[in-house]
Amino acid sequence: MMTNPGNRVTQGQFSFLPDLTDAQISAQLKYALKNGWAVSVEYTDDPHPRNTYWEMFGNPMFDLKDPAGILMEINSCRKTFASHYIRVTAFNSTRGVESPTMSFIVNRPKKEPGFGLARQEADGRNIRYTVHSYATDKPEGERY
Amino acid sequence: MNDSNIPVVPSNDDARIDLEAEFRSSNIKEVLDKLDSELIGLVPVKTRIREIAALLLVDRVRRRLELSSETPTLHMCFSGNPGTGKTTVAMRMAQILHRLGYVREGHLVAVTRDDLVGQYIGHTAPKTKEVIKKAMGGVLFIDEAYYLYKPENERDYGQESIEILLQVMENNRDDLVVILAGYKDRMDKFFSSNPGMRSRIAHHVDFPDYSVDELLAIAKIMLKAQNYLFSPEAEAMFREYIGRRMKLPHFANGRSVRNALDRARLRQANRLFVAGRSLAKRDVMTIEPEDILASRVFQEGETD
Repeated sequence: MMTNPGNRVTQGQFSFLPDLTDAQISAQLKYALKNGWAVSVEYTDDPHPRNTYWEMFGNPMFDLKDPAGILMEINSCRKTFASHYIRVTAFNSTRGVESPTMSFIVNRPKKEPGFGLARQEADGRNIRYTVHSYATDKPEGERY
Repeated sequence: MNDSNIPVVPSNDDARIDLEAEFRSSNIKEVLDKLDSELIGLVPVKTRIREIAALLLVDRVRRRLELSSETPTLHMCFSGNPGTGKTTVAMRMAQILHRLGYVREGHLVAVTRDDLVGQYIGHTAPKTKEVIKKAMGGVLFIDEAYYLYKPENERDYGQESIEILLQVMENNRDDLVVILAGYKDRMDKFFSSNPGMRSRIAHHVDFPDYSVDELLAIAKIMLKAQNYLFSPEAEAMFREYIGRRMKLPHFANGRSVRNALDRARLRQANRLFVAGRSLAKRDVMTIEPEDILASRVFQEGETD
C-alpha cells in the first residue's frame, strides 16, 4: 500500500502542501525578516531524512529588509541546481535560541523515486529495518 | 511596486479620480513640507523633487485607471559639490518613494566603492550582490559613484560591479531604486564612459552651491539644534568667516560650516574655562566673536 503517493519528501515546514509559489515564499520570508532572523539557502541531492547538513548556496544573508533579495538568490540556486532539493532556513541568533527557527523546501526534483525499506537479519532472529533512497544508488550529482 | 494596496477603478474615459484626495492619502505632503522647512536654499532641487513626486502621483492615478502598468524608471543621479545635502535629500527621497508605494520598505543603504568592489578576483560579485540584497525594497545610495570606474587600471574590479548594478537596475526595477551621487564634472565623465548607466538613469538632479546667507541660516539651525546661539556681533563675524572660507580650497558647504561651528564651540569652552568666573546660562549658550576670530582663516588666511 502506498502511504505517500508521489513519494514526495516531507521535511521541514509546508512539505505536505503543494509547492509554494514565489509570492507565498516571499510572504514567509517577510515574516522571518520581520523577526530579524538571518535567512540562508541550502541544497542537496541526498533526500535521506537524517541528512541534516545540506550544502550552503552562498553566504547566509544578514540585515536584509526585503525578501526580494532572498528570492533572487533562490532563483539563481534553482538555475544552478534545477533538479536538487533546495531549502530556505531562517536562523534565530537570539542568545539561548541560536538555532534555525524556520526551514522549508522551495525546490524539489521532478521525479522523486522515494525510499525502499531494507531489512537486515541481525543476531538471533532480530530484524533491523532502515530506509534507503533509490536516488542515492547513483553517484552524487547524477541522482535526479 | 506594491500593487496590492491600489484598487483598480473600472475604466471609461469619464472615470474621475480626485488628485487632491490621492495627494492627501499618500501623506507625501508632510515629507515635502519637511524638505522645504528643514533644508535651506536648494530651490532647483526642491522643485525637481516636487516634479518627480507629482509625476509619480499622476502615474499612480494612471495605474488605477489602467492606463499604465510599467513601473517607471526611478534611478537618479544627484550631482553637486561636497556638503550640498545630497545624502539628506536621498533619505527624504526614500521616504517619498515609500509613501507613494514605489519602494516597499523605504530604507536607505548608503555605500561607497569600498562596499561594492572586492580585493581579488571573484570577490566583487558576491560583495556587490550582498549590498544589493540589503538595499532591496529601499534605496541604494552610491556616494562618489565615479570611483567605481577607473579607466587608468584596466584590471580594476569596479567594472564588474558596474555590470552587476546595471543588470539589477534593469531587471529589479520593482525592488530597488539606485541613486548615484558625486561631483558634477566627474559624474559627467563617468557617464560618458558608461553610456549604459546614463541611459538607465531617469532623473539627473543638480545641487547648487549655497550662498553666504544660506550658509549662515544653516549655521544658525545647527547651533539651535545644539542649544547654542550667536551673539549679534558673532553672527556678523561668522558671515565674514564664511565669505573668506568660501574662497579657500576644499570648501565643503554645509560640512565646512559644521566643522567651523565645532571649532568655535571648542574655543568657547576654552575661553569660559580660562576666564574661570561664575557663569550664567546665557554665557554657556552664546558664541562670541572672539571664538570665531581666533580661526586661522582670519589669522593666516589658511583653512583650519
